[in-house]
Amino acid sequence: MDRNSLERHISLGEVPLWSWLAVGLLLALLFVLLLASGELLFPLLGQAAGVADYLHEFAHDGRHLLAVPCH
Amino acid sequence: MIASYLRRGMTAGLLAGLLAGFFAFFLGEPSVDQAIQIEEAAAAGQQEEEELFGRATQKAGLFFATGLFGVTVGGVFGIAYAYFRGRLAAGSEWNRSLSLAGAIFAGALLIPFMKYPANPPTVGDPATIGDRTASYLAMVALSLLVVLAAWYAARRLRERGTGAPVRQLAVGLGLVVAVGALFLALPAAPDPGEFPAGLLWSFRLSSLGTQIVFWGGLGVVFGLLCERTSRREPLGG
Repeated sequence: MDRNSLERHISLGEVPLWSWLAVGLLLALLFVLLLASGELLFPLLGQAAGVADYLHEFAHDGRHLLAVPCH
Repeated sequence: MIASYLRRGMTAGLLAGLLAGFFAFFLGEPSVDQAIQIEEAAAAGQQEEEELFGRATQKAGLFFATGLFGVTVGGVFGIAYAYFRGRLAAGSEWNRSLSLAGAIFAGALLIPFMKYPANPPTVGDPATIGDRTASYLAMVALSLLVVLAAWYAARRLRERGTGAPVRQLAVGLGLVVAVGALFLALPAAPDPGEFPAGLLWSFRLSSLGTQIVFWGGLGVVFGLLCERTSRREPLGG
């Protein structure tokens, strides 16, 4: 049975597009959750970056305890 | 097939994330509270900093953060598992799940943590957050690459029939050299300054513990979910 499963390789080309998109989306979500802040995004977005601070402050303790850099 | 792994990854991630949240709440929050008291004592007399959320809300936010962290990381883990499962030497879903969780924990967390350890509130100059975030992300990406390269090298050597002692020493040595080079090449971690060393240590320990609980939980729950399915439909998946 393990032989069977070992033969079921997926090559990189066979990985369907949706799963690449899903990985991209999940990583983007992770960035917004863990790293985005008004200060960080200010050079990119200007004043609109302040919105990111709501999530930043709400997830504040989680960010520190999950070991990512946080202000 | 990939979709079912994605689903299991997100489920396992959510459970592991909430479990890590409990660990962080009981063992990590006391250090965070003390660090914030130090910050407030230092800022006493200056103008009050306006907070968006109080401490109680931030503690509730902890579970939100670890839970959502779990769902997203678990999803990526599930897709990575679907790709790697046929390539991993481990013989069962359970062993494969634990190996993959261990490898990603080492690359995405443990090695970067040695270079850029977690910092409690008040440590780190807000003005340098852009640079610190960039070098942290570079460290995570490069460490993951190093772990991937080590795994790939070990697999090629195994295929060529190299004996275990030579193979493991060669891969281990390569890993040490590559990680050493990363440590030297990337900018230094921020200086904690006058922050009390004991408190810093207990904060960092609880932060590392939170991640260990998360990755351990993810590997275990994902492994169990896959074992259950492979017993029910031996050739499916």
